[in-house]
Amino acid sequence: MQSYLKHTGKYFIMLGQVFKRPQKRSVFWQQFFKEVEDMGLSSIGIVAFISFFVGGVVVIQTALNLENPLTPKYLIGFASRESLILEFSPTLISIILAGKVGSFITSSIGTMRVTEQIDALEVMGINSLNHLVLPKILAAVFFYPFIIIISITLGIIGGWTAGLITGLITSTDYLDGIRSDFEPYHITYSLIKTAVFAFVIATIPAYHGFYVKGGAIEVGRASTKAVVWTSIVIIVMNYFLTQMLLGK
Amino acid sequence: MLGLFQPEKGDICYDGRHYADMTLEEKRDLRKEIGMVFQGSALFDSSTVEENVMFPLKMFTNQSYNDMLERVNFVLNRVNLENVNSKYPAELSGGMQKRVAIARAIVMNPKYLFCDEPNSGLDPKTAIVIDNLIQEITKEYNITTIINSHDMNSVMEIGEKIIFLKNGVKEWEGSSETIFKTDNEAITDFVYSSDLFKKVREAQLKEQG
Repeated sequence: MQSYLKHTGKYFIMLGQVFKRPQKRSVFWQQFFKEVEDMGLSSIGIVAFISFFVGGVVVIQTALNLENPLTPKYLIGFASRESLILEFSPTLISIILAGKVGSFITSSIGTMRVTEQIDALEVMGINSLNHLVLPKILAAVFFYPFIIIISITLGIIGGWTAGLITGLITSTDYLDGIRSDFEPYHITYSLIKTAVFAFVIATIPAYHGFYVKGGAIEVGRASTKAVVWTSIVIIVMNYFLTQMLLGK
Repeated sequence: MLGLFQPEKGDICYDGRHYADMTLEEKRDLRKEIGMVFQGSALFDSSTVEENVMFPLKMFTNQSYNDMLERVNFVLNRVNLENVNSKYPAELSGGMQKRVAIARAIVMNPKYLFCDEPNSGLDPKTAIVIDNLIQEITKEYNITTIINSHDMNSVMEIGEKIIFLKNGVKEWEGSSETIFKTDNEAITDFVYSSDLFKKVREAQLKEQG
């Protein structure tokens, strides 16, 4: 328990150092766009692939579970849309990104730590936390909502495609369901969740990488630990955010 | 000495400026006057040689790209490196990486240069090249250079003022001339730990009668 408290305290102290004014704005923006490419653009492919197929699976499973002939078919589209917007895209894609991007962040910062590159920054008089972590946080928080919008869109398209191929739902019914009872606030809820998860995805792995001690094996262990903790925090935050934003 | 760790006791003074009394801002300003060559070179492995050497200039000056490039090429030339601007550190040999690290350390014209085991992992010939380079740069730019080393060849060759530390405590202080004559057991055990050096010492003592 004492160890958890110590790590939590150290994590918030780290954030205090991260959120300082960048020492050189031009270098900061350069780093920011590099992070957008490393953490955001490079993740679009896997997110698109997973979203399209999971969208298809959601439609097939929903259709197969709505066997009652009195249940209108358009509900398949409606249920799929709600599943994708409320849960699949913001939460599950964030957990997938925690694995992909989280391990990248921990291993890259951890390797910099064990090869003295972070010490080199400090000796030069650079706030290494601000220099390394702030661009990652901002890149994640600003870019991941776009990724989630892509995920929702492709999930819906995937579902539509699967429905047509399997013949479980007609195009008209599916599109009716997609448009029916649309609540724009659900998109807002989804994007707020994504922004919070993006912050978690950027900071927890950065913490594990920045304070790693030892060599290659420790960096590997830190990456695993970072992914586990990021996923746990996302799941717990998901519960509280849902209660706060959707609960009555 | 670089302030990466908080001292438990004692004081670190840079030209009369007490490190412990400095504000964070003053410490950052002081660090701009310091160049550091790390044991493992500590080059940014995702950046090219040019980007590595240019990095301090980008962070702390408002020079144009062309001016920075000119300075980068000048210091790379000074450490005898040519046509490596676009190479990544992983594409360079250990000796070349050390030279890039020296170039990065001197690019801001530092007042103080710290070298942590500059010869580690290098063959004896390359080690001498690096030693000579550090010595030349120290004299040329009038820098105070502090080298932390276990390599006694290097210490004897370029050390002007030598401090021997044992278990974190100063055991002996002198020069490359006086180190041969000292009676300090700890230092003689360390310096003459190899058979070759023991024979050299015996020969010297015989010579001195």
